[in-house]
Amino acid sequence: MLSSTKLLEFASNYGIPVWALDGAIAIVFAVVLFAICAISVIINVYLLRKISADFQLRYGPMHVGWHGSLQLFADAIKLLTKEDIFPSNADRWIFRLAPVVTFVPAYLGFLVLPIGHGIVIQDLNVGLLYILAIPAIGVAGIIMAGFGSYNKYAIIGSLRSAAQMVSYEVPRALSIIGIVMIAGSAKLSSIVGAQHVWYIILQPIAFVVFLVSTLAEINSTPFDLPETESELVNGYYTEYSGMRFMFFFFAEYVALFAAATLTTVLFLGGWHGPGPEYLGPIWFTIKTFAMIWVIMWIKWTLPRFRIDQVMDLGWKVLLPLALINVLITGLVMMII
Amino acid sequence: MVSEIIYFSVFTIVGVAIVAIAIGLARILSTRKPTKAKLETYECGNLNVTGDPRIQFKIHYYIFALLLVLFDVEMIFVFPWAVVFKALGLFAFVEMLVFIAILLLGLYYAWRKGVLKWT
Repeated sequence: MLSSTKLLEFASNYGIPVWALDGAIAIVFAVVLFAICAISVIINVYLLRKISADFQLRYGPMHVGWHGSLQLFADAIKLLTKEDIFPSNADRWIFRLAPVVTFVPAYLGFLVLPIGHGIVIQDLNVGLLYILAIPAIGVAGIIMAGFGSYNKYAIIGSLRSAAQMVSYEVPRALSIIGIVMIAGSAKLSSIVGAQHVWYIILQPIAFVVFLVSTLAEINSTPFDLPETESELVNGYYTEYSGMRFMFFFFAEYVALFAAATLTTVLFLGGWHGPGPEYLGPIWFTIKTFAMIWVIMWIKWTLPRFRIDQVMDLGWKVLLPLALINVLITGLVMMII
Repeated sequence: MVSEIIYFSVFTIVGVAIVAIAIGLARILSTRKPTKAKLETYECGNLNVTGDPRIQFKIHYYIFALLLVLFDVEMIFVFPWAVVFKALGLFAFVEMLVFIAILLLGLYYAWRKGVLKWT
């Protein structure tokens, strides 16, 4: 994004190789991106607590800071000073590495996300495939957490989570194919650029399939079987404490944020909105938080599914629907 | 292309480094008093762990993983087709219909065989 001619000139004047310049800029971007992720997690957790409190006629956090706005900072400090417990039965290395393997792919997904006209870190030609494939590696971390903990709750939670994420991967990706057909590109910025009419209007079936399978991907209610508090304690991260627990938590909210941003890019017109072009990122943020609000609304309204219902919905309803959507899109495009 | 690879690797390294730094910081700041009871595996109500958690789990998990592989490979094929769909026209559309129909036949077979049923 920033490999402008001026910088390249500067580099060649001082004898700095291009790859070193690229790497240095990439480090800055990576740290900035992490900061954005952290801020989004702080806002999302605060919103989650307040919205859930509203839905249940409570106040939510009120004591730390104005209307509890500093509650999460207090929680972070608490988690930072908590003891990092390794259960004596746990497989030490798998147990240690699991939070890293879960968190890093979730964070890497943002690499290709365009938030404004031309504002994107790396605009890959296969950006759409990348953003579907890389965060999916997080499943490996969840399975590692389950197996490494040597705990029955953790292992059941991780297997359920893996089965669910794997099943909903298919309808989620197939629902996007209609969009790729209309936009004629798998590059995220071109997909947004082609959206003169929002794709939620042109592809309503795809939107429903995508939203439902996204909810399953990020383990949000009604698909929160991997961590059903009432039966599995805390699911795959039952044995974790302190900072490692925090990174699982972090990965979950980064995934929620990533899901909302991807929905915005694919269906809600990305940075498009009234007003001049430099307002793009603001429109993008507004749409993203509207999407997060919808996800939380669903989360606090619906009860949890049973595992057989989850599997049935994925394979017998959403997958055929996604394929029919591809068919309809193709037919309509042939006729027009 | 090179720039993309550099960015991807740098982002991966920075991501791992941030997690490592945070966990290292927590190690300095946190208390460490492991006792035998604290390091026990968490279980409902029992002081001693009963049985082995690494049991043989349901065969269904494998079947769903196999189905995922099948349909994911299909997706990798459909994506490039969708990108150039406008230019290819009717012939490509019919071709893809045949391809998807064969796959749907497979799904129908799995469905009738009852492997999609979670018992």
